This record gives sequence, structure tokens and C-alpha cells, in this order.
Amino acid sequence: MKVEAGEYLIEVRNLNVFYGSFQALKDINLKLQAARITALIGPSGCGKSTFLRSLNRMNDLIDGARTEGEVFFEGKDIFSPETDLLELRRRVGMVFQRPNPFPLSIADNVTYGLRVHGQNDRAWLEERLYWSLQAVNLWDELKDRLKVNALELTGEQQQRLCLARLLALEPEVILMDEPCSALDPLATARIEDLMYELKKKYTIIIVTHNMQQAARVSDFTGYFLLGELVEFGETNEIFTKPKDPRTEDYITGRFG
Amino acid sequence: MTDLRKSDRLIKLGLLMIAFSAISALFVITLFIFEQGGPIMFKYGLKSFIFGQDWYPSEKIFGLWPMIVGSLMVTLGALIIGVPLGLATAIFLAEFSSRRLARILKPVIELLAGIPSVVYGFLGLMFLIPFIRENLGGPGLSVLAASIILGIMILPTVISISLDSIRAVPDCYREGSIALGATRWQTVRMVVLPAARSGILAAIILGMGRAIGETMAVIMVAGNAAEIPSSILQPVRTLTSNIALEMGYAAGEHRQALFATGVILFVIIMVLNTIANLTASRQGKR
Ligand SMILES: Nc1ncnc2c1ncn2[C@@H]1O[C@H](COP(=O)(O)OP(=O)(O)OP(=O)(O)O)[C@@H](O)[C@H]1O
Ligand SMILES: [Mg+2]
Repeated sequence: MKVEAGEYLIEVRNLNVFYGSFQALKDINLKLQAARITALIGPSGCGKSTFLRSLNRMNDLIDGARTEGEVFFEGKDIFSPETDLLELRRRVGMVFQRPNPFPLSIADNVTYGLRVHGQNDRAWLEERLYWSLQAVNLWDELKDRLKVNALELTGEQQQRLCLARLLALEPEVILMDEPCSALDPLATARIEDLMYELKKKYTIIIVTHNMQQAARVSDFTGYFLLGELVEFGETNEIFTKPKDPRTEDYITGRFG
Repeated sequence: MTDLRKSDRLIKLGLLMIAFSAISALFVITLFIFEQGGPIMFKYGLKSFIFGQDWYPSEKIFGLWPMIVGSLMVTLGALIIGVPLGLATAIFLAEFSSRRLARILKPVIELLAGIPSVVYGFLGLMFLIPFIRENLGGPGLSVLAASIILGIMILPTVISISLDSIRAVPDCYREGSIALGATRWQTVRMVVLPAARSGILAAIILGMGRAIGETMAVIMVAGNAAEIPSSILQPVRTLTSNIALEMGYAAGEHRQALFATGVILFVIIMVLNTIANLTASRQGKR
């Protein structure tokens, strides 16, 4: 089943996440459309990363983390026991705040996900390598250096490589947790262009502390505060006429 | 102000002298071994000394080949047994066990390093030797017994150093891998271990050094016949055992030949260390 652009791809119902006795997310309800960019904003420590990590169940790795509620991805609850966790993570990829390419060659980084999912045909791997690096505009830069260790790349190249590593797996959703916070403004602008490009095929959810970035790239915006989703709506509306006074305080910089 | 500088200079001078005397002590020992063992090697010919098959000191036949082979065999055996076991333990403790279990087990494993080697030899003699003799044949005292005992003895070194190097691999690699849908084991095999490679290699080198230099436990379980064993169930004598067994009564050229044994051991260890270091630094650069 392929969800068309603009249709709902992800539905979050009554999501609560706890770290031990601390409640990091409080009763989150939200629907996300396919092939759109959704920005999540809010002050530090209010649960944006926690929310993002719920969507590919990366919180499972954290000792003492507990989740209640439901997240439907293409109509199926990802927390149900039938969920194929490895397949979920293939379909819902994640880019981290600090670029984290593996200390392997560029080529091995890109094909890593495919090999992990049991695809070992050399010709296919090379085709995906080419395709993925093309998709993040790295192919021309790196085509002669595919055997070089990925740690030798610049921060921007590393972040693009991390994106290529996901795209090789043909995911449907890309989660980005402050993907530009370690990059300079020019690199940030280029990554934003890339996100725009990728939006045609992928559903993107990005956490950012940068208001302008949220306003520039996203179709929808959600404002988190102390574990609650205060407001969610079209980015235009949120930034021009927010309904909740707390949202207004935050985006006009009167947050304190 | 001036006083401080003065005391600083004094301390520096003191440390320099201590460092210098430590290094010169090593230098003097090396020189002494070569001085004592060198001449006889050239008198009887380097080739017959190294490749000679027979060791009859009373008849002035000094062939060290059986002991060279013996040392290499038990060291290799110890690595074959100790490295996979140690590495598996380190991987388990670092990646799969609960943090509490690891916190309890690590000091226990390090304690194993503190047990005197004569105790390992004694345990080998009591349990391992009869077991091998009854179940596998041969005299029990054998290459196999020495390899097993040494394999156990190098475990603490291999485990604690490779554990540290696996733990030093940043978590962001693990997260990145898991987020791509990799299993824990795939993550360990394809990302964590390659990233920890140089530390693991260092663990193996140190384990090897410990195995090739160990004497007491080996003497107790190896049987010590000065000939090349025909199978791993046959007795074997190592270079270190050769020195320790005969030093008590050796005199004259016999004594010098034992020093020459030390020279050969010295050279073998230098060569192995250099090879290992070269591999480590080349892999580190990659
Ligand atoms: N592993 C954890 N164990 C315990 N508490 C945690 C853990 N991770 C996060 N928290 C807590 O949960 C809350 C939400 O954290 P989260 O990382 O989701 O915030 P965030 O909105 O992403 O913040 P930032 O903007 O700083 O990245 C914080 O109060 C944090 O202290
Ligand atoms: Mg965060």
C-alpha cells in the first residue's frame, strides 16, 4: 500500500513516554502527511528528540524508557508485537545531530544498511551506491574517493553521507534531529535545499532550534513545551497567527 | 618564586636520573645477556645453534631448534585458545551483559591475573594432565596441556584490554547502525569490532608476550623433552623452560649456551613485537 502525497502516513495517539518515573512526553496526538516536511520546535529538554526516537522505536534501547499509547505507521501500530522492528527502522530512517558515519570507507558506509538487510549482490550494491550518492549530490565530489575512510570527510559531507546511507535503503520516512546544528550557514542552506528536493519522495520530520529554518523548509510545525505538544498546524499559520499564547511567546522570542 | 623554580629543577633532575637509571639497567641487562651468550653462538656456528635438532649439553651439542619450535607452538596454541575466548568474553561484557554483571565480573577477571603462575601449573598437573592422558592419550604432559594453561593465563590480559577498547568505541556508531535496522550482533561485527581493531590487536600482542615469556606453569605441564613433538599430545620444551631447568647446575659452555637461549628468546620477542606494532600502526592510520 503506497500512501499518496498529502494523505496521512503516521498517526500518533495518546503517546506517553517515561524515563523511569520522569514523564518526557505527555499525551501526544498528531497526524503526519506523506511527502511533507514537518518541523518540531521547542526549548531544550521538552521532548522533541524523545518524540522523534519514538517513531523508529530507538527509545527501546534506553534502559528504563517506557512507552504508552499508539503510533500507526501506514495503519499499523508500530508498538504491536507483530511489528518487524528491523524493517520498521529500514522504512523510518534517522539522521542524527552530530554526523556519525561509521569509521569505514565511504562505499561501505553507503552499502552498510543494504548488507545488514541481507543484500549482497555486488552489482546491486554498486548501483545503490551510485544512486544514493547522486541523491545527496556527493557523487561527483567523491566518486574517485569511494575507498577513503568516511571520517576524513568534512562535516557537511559526513552529514550528506549519513543521509545517503539511509536513502540506499529506500525508506519512506526520514527523521532528522537537528541535522544542521554542527554545520556552518552555507552548508546548512545546501542541506535545506536537499531536503526540499527529497520531500518529493520522502516524508521528513525535522527537529530544529532554528526558527528561520523551520519557517523556511517545513509545511507543518509542531511546538513542544515540557513534554506537551502545545500546538500543531500549517507552518504559515503557526508563524503568523499562532492560536496558543505560549507558541506566540516562543516564536517571537519572548520565551523565558 | 626562585625557590619554586629551584625545586622544580631539582625534581626534574631527579626524575631524569631515575628514568635514566631504569633505562640503563635494561640496557646493561641486554648487553650482559648478549655478552654472555653471543660468543658461544659464533663458536659453534649460528646456523647449527638455531637449526640444530639436538640438545646434549654434556657432549657440547647445542641445537636450540626443538625449543624454538616448542615456544612458538605453545604460544600459538595459547593464542588459539585464549584469544577467541577472551574476545568473546569482552564482547559479551561490553555489548550484551547487564551493566551490573559487567561491573562484578571485570574485577574478578582481573584478579585472575594476580594468581601466581605456579598455582596454574599445579592445577594443570592435578586435573588437566590426567584428563588428557586418560581421554586423549599420550603422557598428558604435552603441547596441548601447556597451550590450555597458557591460554587461560592470558585471558585476563586479552579480556581487559579488548574490553576497554570496545568500550571506547563511541555510542553514536552503535546508534547509527541500529537505526538502520541492524541487529546488535551485526552492529558489533561490522562496526564496533573494526573500530576497536587496534586495541584488540594490542590485547593479542600483550597476551602473546605473556605466553612466550611464561616459565613456571609451562615447566610443570609441558613435559620438557628437548625434542620436536610429533603431535600436540607429546611433551615439549620451551626456550624459557630450557633456561630455568638447567641454570641451576650449568657451568662453562653449557651456561653460556643457556644465555644464548636467552638471546634467541630476546630476538624472537623483538621480532614478534615489531611485526605486531607495524600492523597496529598501519591499521591505525587507515
Ligand atoms: N536517556 C534518558 N534518561 C533519562 N531522561 C532522559 C533521557 N533522555 C532524555 N531525558 C529527559 O527527557 C526530557 C526530554 O529530552 P529530549 O532529549 O527529548 O529533549 P529535546 O527536546 O530533544 O531537547 P534538546 O532540544 O536539548 O535536544 C529531558 O528532560 C531529558 O532530561
Ligand atoms: Mg534533542
